Amino acid sequence: MSRARKVLIFGGIALATFGMLYGLYYALFVEHQTLDQMGGSLATAFVNAAERKVPESRAALDTYAATKYDYVRQVDVHSHWIGLAMLMIVLGVAFDRGAFGETVKLCIALALTAGSVVFPLGVILQTVSHGSIVASALAIVGSALVIIALAATAFGFARQST
Amino acid sequence: MATEAISSPISAAFPAMSAQRLLVFGGVALIAAGMIFGDLFAVFILHQNGGKTGEALLAATKAVATQNPAEVKEVFSRIGGLLEDRGTKVDTHVHLTDAGYLALLLALVQPYVALSAMRKKSLAKLFLLGGVLLPIGIFLIHYVGLAYSPFSVIGWASILADSAGALLIVVLAVEAWGVGKCFRGERLAVENDFQQDRSWESRALLSGGTVLVLLGFLYGAWYAGKNLYEQEAREKNILAFTLDAAVKTPELSGQFVNAYGMLAAEKAVQIAAHSHIIEFGLLAILLSFVQRYVFLSDVWKRRWVVLLLVGSLILPVFVWLELKLGLVAGGIADVGGLMVVIALIGMLVGTLRYSGSVDALGGMHS
Repeated sequence: MSRARKVLIFGGIALATFGMLYGLYYALFVEHQTLDQMGGSLATAFVNAAERKVPESRAALDTYAATKYDYVRQVDVHSHWIGLAMLMIVLGVAFDRGAFGETVKLCIALALTAGSVVFPLGVILQTVSHGSIVASALAIVGSALVIIALAATAFGFARQST
Repeated sequence: MATEAISSPISAAFPAMSAQRLLVFGGVALIAAGMIFGDLFAVFILHQNGGKTGEALLAATKAVATQNPAEVKEVFSRIGGLLEDRGTKVDTHVHLTDAGYLALLLALVQPYVALSAMRKKSLAKLFLLGGVLLPIGIFLIHYVGLAYSPFSVIGWASILADSAGALLIVVLAVEAWGVGKCFRGERLAVENDFQQDRSWESRALLSGGTVLVLLGFLYGAWYAGKNLYEQEAREKNILAFTLDAAVKTPELSGQFVNAYGMLAAEKAVQIAAHSHIIEFGLLAILLSFVQRYVFLSDVWKRRWVVLLLVGSLILPVFVWLELKLGLVAGGIADVGGLMVVIALIGMLVGTLRYSGSVDALGGMHS
């Protein structure tokens, strides 16, 4: 088995396991509480408005927006880590069909692995500090690595011999 | 449909009721079940649920206008139920199909799992058990609620889903350990290495699938850059305007509730287009590996491949167009989904025929 395939298959299984562990931890300890807070703060905003407590209503709406900002990214991280891991394993199995030399294959495999780890990591770091430039930069660099690696792989598969 | 003879070297692989065969059949069946569930959900539940949520939000703004906090709380309890109903069904669809993808993936890596055939078979059965119980648990969350639960926020259905998820994690960890052993030099596998197939069908699915995934990622990057933050800000603004209108100009509340509903629909179709095109791409790549086990004539194999790829493009494109073209686009998207399901079932039938032929050949030789 080539080094590129090893990187993709073993890296993919490790990333899928990590993504599922994160999902289990999230479902057990975070999700229900987050959903409660999200629904509760929106309801509170409406209740306060009904009681004509405008500043409190706005504050509850801010809490709702901030909680939803985190929730969307937390769920996205879980699905993207596992999705990218699955893609790595699948491409790993077929990788030697691509019309590239070993060095190029290894570079593509490393780029896809790095992007698959870094892109969701950047997304989850956005919840630590909302609007963080470093976190957004990580997410952008990670997704760019994935897209470039995928484009190269598609090109390699399209050129594959029969 | 004409069929071709199976050569004995091929029949030596894919042994009867092996882990690989269990995972291929189970994986394709889980994906087909997940897609049928998704189609039923889209046709019979999604829009109706959205309509009820909009009506409830309008009722909440009316309660704000009439300064009735108790009514607001009651309406939000109803909205919570509606959102849970929708959310758990979306999650059922996603987890059912994803468990199928993972099962197919595990089938692919079986040659690199250095464990005994018996242990691999047990792992495959446990994985399929977890893959079935996880979506069932998620589906039941809305209906079981917290009845008889010893916990304050987690019900028995959640416990079932989480336990099934833990089972999947354990199986994956053991499979990863087996792959690690293979990398260290141990190899006990008797299964086929799927990558040898270079037929037209296999190459079309592999290249087409990779292109679909790439398109999905490009669209996702565009969505994250252009729409994600703008939609988050717009949602907060619309809700603030809705509350202001409920207090000062109640007659305008309906407009803002409509705007909120349109925003929710906009987000839903854009995210669904992104996730579906990637999932179908992944499915096409996975199916490229099992084409040699689809025991049908070349013509029929190609028909299923073309149907699957065309359906895989139609569904996300027309889901995305749903806001511009309305229900017509939704109907076309559903037809796209149906095309994928039919192609999937066609390939599953071909694989079952292959297995039957292999088993019959094995019986004749023994």
